[in-house]
Amino acid sequence: MKVLLSWLQEFAPFPSDDPVALGDVMSDLGMAVESIDRIGEGLDGVVTAKVLGLRKHPDADKIQLVDVDLGDGEALQICCGATNLSVGDIVPLATLGTTMPDGMEIARRKMRGEWSNGMLCSGRELALGEDHAGIYILDTQLALGVPILEVLGITPDVLFDLEINPNRPDAMSVAGVARDLAARLDLPFAIPSPNVDEVDGDGSGVPTVEIIDPDLCGLFHLRVIRNIKVEPSPKWIADRLSALGMRPINNVVDASNYVMLELGQPTHTYDLAKVHDGALRVRWARDGEVITTLDGIDRTLTGGRDGVIANDSDIAVGIAGVMGGASTEISDETTTVLLECAWWQPMAIARSSKFLGLRSEASARFERGVDPALLGMATQRLVQLLAPSGAQLVRGAAIVRGNLPEAVPVRVRTARVNQLLGTAITTDQIVALLAPIGFVCSPGDNDDELSVTIPSFRPDSTTETDVIEEIARHFGYSKIIGRAPVSAHTGSLTPIQRDRRIIRQILVGLGVHEAMPLPFLAPGDLARCGLPAEAVTVTNPLAAEESVLRTSLRPGLLRAIAYNESHRTEGASLFEIGKAFGVPTQGTLLPDEREHLALALAGRDAAAAAKVWAVLAQTLGLEAITIDQTAPPAGLHATRSGTLLAGGAVVGEIGEIDPGVLHAVGVRERVAWLQLDLGAVLTAPHGEHRYRPISRYPSSDLDLAFEVDESVSAATIEAVVRSSAGPFLVKVVLFDVFRGQPVPDGRRSLAYRLRLQAPDRTLTDADIGGVQQAVVDALAARGAALRS
Amino acid sequence: MIEDISKIATAAPGRIAAAISLEELRVVEADLLGKKGELTALKKGMGALDPEGRKVAGSALNETRESLEVAIGDRRAMFEGAERSAAVASERLDLTELVDIPERGSLHLVTQTWDRLVDVFIGMGFTVAEGPEVETDWYNFEALNIPAAHPARGMWDTLYVDLGDPETTLLRTHTSPVQIRVMTDGEPPIYAVMPGRVYRRDTADASHMPVFHQIEGLVVDRNISFADLAGTLEAFTSAYFGGAIHSRLRPSYFPFTEPSAEYDINCVFCEGNGCRTCSQTGWLELGGCGMVHPTVLTNVGLDPEEWSGFAFGFGLDRLALMRHGVDDIREMYTGDVRFLEQFPS
Repeated sequence: MKVLLSWLQEFAPFPSDDPVALGDVMSDLGMAVESIDRIGEGLDGVVTAKVLGLRKHPDADKIQLVDVDLGDGEALQICCGATNLSVGDIVPLATLGTTMPDGMEIARRKMRGEWSNGMLCSGRELALGEDHAGIYILDTQLALGVPILEVLGITPDVLFDLEINPNRPDAMSVAGVARDLAARLDLPFAIPSPNVDEVDGDGSGVPTVEIIDPDLCGLFHLRVIRNIKVEPSPKWIADRLSALGMRPINNVVDASNYVMLELGQPTHTYDLAKVHDGALRVRWARDGEVITTLDGIDRTLTGGRDGVIANDSDIAVGIAGVMGGASTEISDETTTVLLECAWWQPMAIARSSKFLGLRSEASARFERGVDPALLGMATQRLVQLLAPSGAQLVRGAAIVRGNLPEAVPVRVRTARVNQLLGTAITTDQIVALLAPIGFVCSPGDNDDELSVTIPSFRPDSTTETDVIEEIARHFGYSKIIGRAPVSAHTGSLTPIQRDRRIIRQILVGLGVHEAMPLPFLAPGDLARCGLPAEAVTVTNPLAAEESVLRTSLRPGLLRAIAYNESHRTEGASLFEIGKAFGVPTQGTLLPDEREHLALALAGRDAAAAAKVWAVLAQTLGLEAITIDQTAPPAGLHATRSGTLLAGGAVVGEIGEIDPGVLHAVGVRERVAWLQLDLGAVLTAPHGEHRYRPISRYPSSDLDLAFEVDESVSAATIEAVVRSSAGPFLVKVVLFDVFRGQPVPDGRRSLAYRLRLQAPDRTLTDADIGGVQQAVVDALAARGAALRS
Repeated sequence: MIEDISKIATAAPGRIAAAISLEELRVVEADLLGKKGELTALKKGMGALDPEGRKVAGSALNETRESLEVAIGDRRAMFEGAERSAAVASERLDLTELVDIPERGSLHLVTQTWDRLVDVFIGMGFTVAEGPEVETDWYNFEALNIPAAHPARGMWDTLYVDLGDPETTLLRTHTSPVQIRVMTDGEPPIYAVMPGRVYRRDTADASHMPVFHQIEGLVVDRNISFADLAGTLEAFTSAYFGGAIHSRLRPSYFPFTEPSAEYDINCVFCEGNGCRTCSQTGWLELGGCGMVHPTVLTNVGLDPEEWSGFAFGFGLDRLALMRHGVDDIREMYTGDVRFLEQFPS
């Protein structure tokens, strides 16, 4: 909502001297000032000039040399990029030394070797509009050298652009903003009464209106205005509309818009000649009913959702609160206008305008709720604005009521006000704060209570809390002294949140960067990554590439690897902790949403992922999770991958991305891969690191190398070592792997170092020999032979 | 005998000093003190002396042996020291001449900011709550006092998903549904923050992403007031941004809070003096807040006459960008290592 200071001043004597301070007050009242424009500022040095001649610039195609006369008969050379000039045109010239509205200073300067002694201005450069296509051409009759402010009749003014919240229907008008502002500044506020004389009609009778559906329309005023002469509006009206962002059209439309901006009440004008008998009816649309709206588009309406105004043949001539129909549109030939001024059910207009995709200044006001008490005044004001062109208000009106909500007085308890605000406001203060914004207080059931009558322009306000917000607003949020409550709790992270931090720090320490790819995928992304295509889809994606919710973090990280490769960053190491969205499980509505950890190491092989996993598993106490390579997960390298199993349940996958998948997603390097269902793993018991006493007796190392079939995993061998070595074993490490002669094909040598120690004595050779025998025997049963 | 001893003692220092390496010193040591050395040989001859002579000779022998051992030890220490010095001299390393420095990874800027924010609130006695990213209409809108067709729904451009009836399931547009879950699943007093990922139907540009992050706070207790809200946000502001930065609240509108407010802070770039970032206002808009709407409390089964509360929320990504002077939010989400590695912690 934009407001002009001069317009505000028609309702209360606001000071002109400090617009910024005034803006601060508006912001403090919840009408946030987004910008302040000082109209007319910076145009002091701009004067009229006449184009004497146009010449080609000798050294630039896009610049002309323009000779202008400022009234002294001298030709002044200006360089100009615009091409809409003709000899004889009167144009605005910014003379040397002028500071333009945008802050640019005009100085004498050379452009490609030619002097320019000022600047010819476009509409935008003069801050008179958005037009920047050419120079702003003025009336050829104008005198030369005259200040442009005088020529254009620009009165310096201040334009505030305000952000109005949805709960402030009253602030959707200049008068409403003025009321709120005047209340805070303790200035008298009044809406001048537009007294308009009424005349008799030409005998065609008083118009009639019938509200068929009272749940659509709460109040409907219908008046006739005669002696209409459609013509351009007076300049002051056109200027104000332009300033507030509405294009002037003609005096009738402009008057309607002016009233809407000033009072917040939209009106609609029909050409009476095109409405049979001036009789209208208001009802819900019928399903499939078609109307051609003012913009010439055929609109198909939906029953019960859209409302219509129909003529006495029951043919729709307008969509209620949204847009009028083309069939009754006023034209230059219109002489008598039928004026509609209504209160529509806000929710109805909100639905209708949303689904029809027709949002307008009028619908925005109807859907917030207009002031039903203002309908009569709005019609009078409109006629008052048209009166100078001869328009007359015809005596007699059709005023029909539908369901109009009754304002119920609201009980406001002073104690409640102070409890909710943390203040010590008295009941008298409350009365004084509310009165200027139209909330009338009368004594309540007891001393500490008020009965507050809500003004008709504040339909948003219906409860005690609503009123408390108004009290707070006018008391001033900044005057409420802050105090921080003492929490009833000890602040802390949950165990999972702590584990997440540990995981992240470990991965960062291992050289991996955390990435956050978007969770949206394109159709086909999952299949390209070797994953099942079934996934939850987005109903209204902005683009098809963002229409699928990821079921795995794999596509996102691979895309990031590809992105890095294409920018010459090979070997990118990335991880992500994020949600994967499985299709809902049986009987649930929402997706099977799980938090995953995924890791992709470009240029590294599966062992790299396994090593990272080993560090994570040790730190978090997840050693019970095993790697099972018997059935490699889909899309992973068939001989270098496996699933992570926790007690038989799959909780992740590890290894390398399948070369075919890499090819499909455009990644050139190998990619080591790890994905873990973090939620499943971290919610299960884990990480209990128990103390093991450290022996004070010397330890002995036992190195054993075994020849093992390739089909038996090292993890299997190590498990057998651990279980068979007995109580002296404190540590076992795989320290060498060897393939080749003399080890036969299909087998490899695995060398382990066992550290043995007793808690109570030094081990003897016999002790150590016993351990060796036990391990060798146990491994022999698994087909592993001790190498000598 | 005594003469022989003193002859050895007199000659020995010269012989020790003449040894110019550890090997030569070892030979001298063996010659003088070894099993077949000169002093040992003399000792063996002592048996021929009378008791008095033996006593005198024995004491002289011991004295000489001890002094020679010290002299040899000193000489050896000198050689060993020289040997270590030589080794040290030959082992010079240029500590700036490094190949294959182990690479350290980095936490995402959003994570870094998330952790910092969460840590401040933990210090203020808040717990940290989370919830699903795909939500029902109830948790994201209805329970928060935003019924269907409410004009306020236009405040969020919602991405819906194809589950259940049309427009009943969606990607949460804010972290507020977690507030409903916290209030529904637990009981007051509640002091919790809810960081999380949220979604809007927004085209990506320098300052918008369809996916971004928020943190919200919720306090529900007896006698919680707007003053508590203002005080909590002021305490947070100084703790997070530093003591020179203060907060202010301006009236605003949200369906789920009343009274509602915009939460501004002094511009962190100019500390309130006015600069380009804050459009010369000295203030930055950070987020929204207010007293939990009575309807919201009723929706989760709490009596608004008994319990009151406040809630606040703001975007997390912008704080991350601001701290490091990043001017395009999209940079955070490409996974470009050249970007990520700039912010190791």
